[in-house]
Amino acid sequence: MTALLLVPLVLPFLAPALARRTLDRLAPATALWILTASALVLAGACVAALGTLVLTGLLKLPALAPLGELVHPLRTPSDYFVLPAAVAATGVLTLSALTLARSAFRQARAFRTARTQADRRPAAGDLCVVDSPHPDAYALPGRPHRIVVTTAMLRSLGPAEREALFAHERAHNRAGHHYFLAAAELAAHCHPALRAVRDTIRLAAERAADETAATAVGDRRLIATAIARAALAGHASPSTRPDFAPAATTGPVPQRVAALLAPSPARSRARRPTALLLMACTALSLAAGTAGVVDFHHQVEIAQGEESP
Amino acid sequence: MTDAKDERRPAGELEAAVMAALWAAGVPLSAGHVQVELGSGLARTTVTTILTRLHEKGVVSRERQGRGYAYFPVQDAPGLTARRMHTELDRDTDRETVLARFVAQLNPGDEQLLRRLLEQEGDE
Repeated sequence: MTALLLVPLVLPFLAPALARRTLDRLAPATALWILTASALVLAGACVAALGTLVLTGLLKLPALAPLGELVHPLRTPSDYFVLPAAVAATGVLTLSALTLARSAFRQARAFRTARTQADRRPAAGDLCVVDSPHPDAYALPGRPHRIVVTTAMLRSLGPAEREALFAHERAHNRAGHHYFLAAAELAAHCHPALRAVRDTIRLAAERAADETAATAVGDRRLIATAIARAALAGHASPSTRPDFAPAATTGPVPQRVAALLAPSPARSRARRPTALLLMACTALSLAAGTAGVVDFHHQVEIAQGEESP
Repeated sequence: MTDAKDERRPAGELEAAVMAALWAAGVPLSAGHVQVELGSGLARTTVTTILTRLHEKGVVSRERQGRGYAYFPVQDAPGLTARRMHTELDRDTDRETVLARFVAQLNPGDEQLLRRLLEQEGDE
């Protein structure tokens, strides 16, 4: 039954492709909820499975078995499988915890600094302008919500496009997208395959904000041109930010622009089931993980002499 | 955009729009110029009211120009702290976690694709 614990470790590898499909087929705001919830459940099942493997390994050690009040040896598959798996699981869990703690610490520090500085500044509505030659703009959540925009970004856009940008950032803040992004980051630290899902969640959040902004300003093309112009302006100037490894696929910006320019896709009911494959995969992972943990618990009770096999 | 729609927007959003226009211009603007620059249906008196409010908050300064005032954004110590905050955030490569940035880094080939999309827009 220990094999059941491997299911939550393997299934996340299917998630990136299924996540893309979900975003393609559903409205971005709906997809964002499904993707984030799935990523969290997949991550949770993965951590639970790893934790159970670690415990299994520990209870196999003769020195530790009495601590678990085991009177019989724990019945598991061959030690040649269980012990290396437990060692590997311990390593992976430790590494995940360390990178997660480091990331959380950095993010919290940067966020606090941004908030403190933004609060100290007299506000023109919710806008916080930074005098910088690099075109950049982002939503700064908190109380009150702020939009941070550099002067270079403001100058590279026309008046209507600036309104489009503000509408997009306000959509992020109003919908609380930072919670989704934080959840995606948390999941990404639990399983390597969930990193690709995190990128899809980021794209879903942007797409959702684009759609809300398009409704607010009443013009999809305006949002599309604002995004394209802002991206090109940012690309032309040398960036101080490190370049990320070039990806073979089309980046998120053209996808967003294309989605806004395309006529509203008719989301047929026939295409929906494929969009729900991710949820099926998540449910399977959760079920297998739960069954694995329950079985482990049962085996421990047998070893403690509380239950008969 | 109609007058009614713009006049009904929350005061904060109007202040942000006016402030953005002043920063984008880079030179002091009169209320009339701001109104033209915004290109929306805002009444001149509304623009003047917003500019006066921003001036009272100390976010914009003004200088005499003819019979009225020309307004420009204040660049002072708070401006510097804002710049510091930006540097702090920039240091973190993965700050997109909590901060949703408007546009992400472009992949190779994205630039051409975007230019083509913008050109198509111009044709139609």
